Amino acid sequence: MSDKQNDQHKADTQTGASYQPNLSAQVNLEKRNFLIATSAVGAIGCAVVAVPFVKSMTPSERAKAAGAPVEVDISKIAPGDMMVSEYRGQPLWVIHRTDEQIASLGNHNAQLIDPDLDVPQQPEYCKNKERAINPKYAVMLGTCTHLGCSPGQNFTVTPDWNGGFICACHGSKFDLSGRVFKGSPAPTNLVVPKHQYLTETTLLIGEDKESA
Amino acid sequence: MSLFTKKTEELLGWVDARFPLTSNVKAHLTEYYAPKNFNFWYFFGSLALLVLVLQIVTGIFLTMHYKPEADLAFASVEYIMRDVPWGWLIRYMHSTGASLFFVVVYLHMFRGLLYGSYRNPRELIWLFGVGIFLALMGEAFFGYLLPWGQMSYWGAQVITSLFGTVPFIGPDIAEWLRGDYLTSDATLNRFFAFHVIALPLVILGLVAAHILALHEVGSNNPDGIEIKKLKDKKTGIPLDGIPFHPYYSVKDLVGVVVFLMVFAAIIFFAPDMGGYFLEANNFVPADPLVTPAHIAPTWYFTPYYSILRAVPPIGISQFPGVAAMGLSVVIFALLPWLDRSPVKSIRYKGNLYKAWLAAFVVSFLILGYLGTIPADTYGQFGAWLGKADIATVVARICSVVYFAFFFLMPWYSKKDKTKPVPERVTG
Repeated sequence: MSDKQNDQHKADTQTGASYQPNLSAQVNLEKRNFLIATSAVGAIGCAVVAVPFVKSMTPSERAKAAGAPVEVDISKIAPGDMMVSEYRGQPLWVIHRTDEQIASLGNHNAQLIDPDLDVPQQPEYCKNKERAINPKYAVMLGTCTHLGCSPGQNFTVTPDWNGGFICACHGSKFDLSGRVFKGSPAPTNLVVPKHQYLTETTLLIGEDKESA
Repeated sequence: MSLFTKKTEELLGWVDARFPLTSNVKAHLTEYYAPKNFNFWYFFGSLALLVLVLQIVTGIFLTMHYKPEADLAFASVEYIMRDVPWGWLIRYMHSTGASLFFVVVYLHMFRGLLYGSYRNPRELIWLFGVGIFLALMGEAFFGYLLPWGQMSYWGAQVITSLFGTVPFIGPDIAEWLRGDYLTSDATLNRFFAFHVIALPLVILGLVAAHILALHEVGSNNPDGIEIKKLKDKKTGIPLDGIPFHPYYSVKDLVGVVVFLMVFAAIIFFAPDMGGYFLEANNFVPADPLVTPAHIAPTWYFTPYYSILRAVPPIGISQFPGVAAMGLSVVIFALLPWLDRSPVKSIRYKGNLYKAWLAAFVVSFLILGYLGTIPADTYGQFGAWLGKADIATVVARICSVVYFAFFFLMPWYSKKDKTKPVPERVTG
């Protein structure tokens, strides 16, 4: 704004008259369109430059490598026992279930929050009664879906307990498939990560045949 | 005129010809006319500015010794506390300052509620203020991760998980925020960047806008009337206005002295304030494999955290609670348009409004308390109420009151029987 216009502006605002910019009769449309196009291209440029900055905040190659799929040897787990490994900083459970334990899984559906596995806490290929590819081996992350504690194992069978896990923090209860019992603060079943069998006794956690 | 005065005036003239020094001092201090009836509640704006300066200065000195790396962070804070000369004092000033910042800001906001300071023509002042409040919450949250204690770690884990509940894109957002599949060194490093540079810049910019907007329209006052309506015919100075400096600069200094006494007392005698300012679990190094039995945010977040816990999930989605929590914070921004009362100040509002404000304050305090305790602290109701936790039911009632205060305001503020407003301020 030139000084003269500026003074006019001040005078106008003081007298209460609304400020009317002195537009010449002919607007130079060519110039205006050029300016609009330039601004638009500039805005697109800014948006494009923003991409590297946003992307820089996603997991780095090092973080990805640390979170890469892991192989787990399950040949040494005795039936009725389990092993704890680690995947992406979380405890990974593999439970070698006996035939009786597998059979008992169907006995307490009425007491479960999500017996039919409606919540996608497992890959599609584990959406079955045993939540597993091979019914013998249950694979899941041992992190409570309530607040992330690691539940403790309690495999001793009593008349009203078929064996499973009880979280020490807030008392959430899970069965041997990681399905949560009603009355637990945890809202969902434990997570079954993507996994596949490389051999009969070697698991690859974090990658399945679909994503590979 | 002495030679010295003459030389100073010459120097000032030299500066003024090159930089608007005198004109700005006049516009914002010596010739900024504030209503003459400011009371106790008007201390907290200047105190908030004081705490901001304290936080920036102590923060700069802390960064000289702090290491933003997962393996070193916890030990470097202990190093500041034990080995750095006076490091404990600077660190406690910073941690106590964080809590007192919220004390001061909450009181400052309550002043706005009392006297209708958010209303026309001060809507933008209020919106900038809400922006400062949001940025401050972010600043406090990011800062709390830095000591890398158990509560730092799990607090960050829980809060970033909240973003994971957003339908469809949630898990990607949470991963993007953490920069890893779980809260880790990458998260700590970026939270440090947000805490020491990004958000402080945002806060400073917003504070400047807040004050510029205030000085454009002028301060509100306990009577909620515009002093600019009645001006001295000769000078154009509001009849009820007095220059900010020296009158209010001196008044505010009294507030500063009292504030610093409280501040020092806390730093020296109760720096962790019984676990409210610094939680006990945060003196244990972060461990991704062990969750503390009870995760609670620091006290200034607990009202909203209570609302989060009070809202039941829809199906298995926790998102409704997260959305309610977000709304409970940003809803303050709508106040200028929710309040339809013909008067601004509580002094001339009727009992209906006063009752609602009282109910809101009580709900806010109860929610704040409930957010610090586990939900099962007070046991459960009987089977007639589905064995619901007593604390949860109370939190639900308070959450309803909290939101009703805002959403019903257009109705009750209009229906309220107000008193006539005086021409001049009443002191």
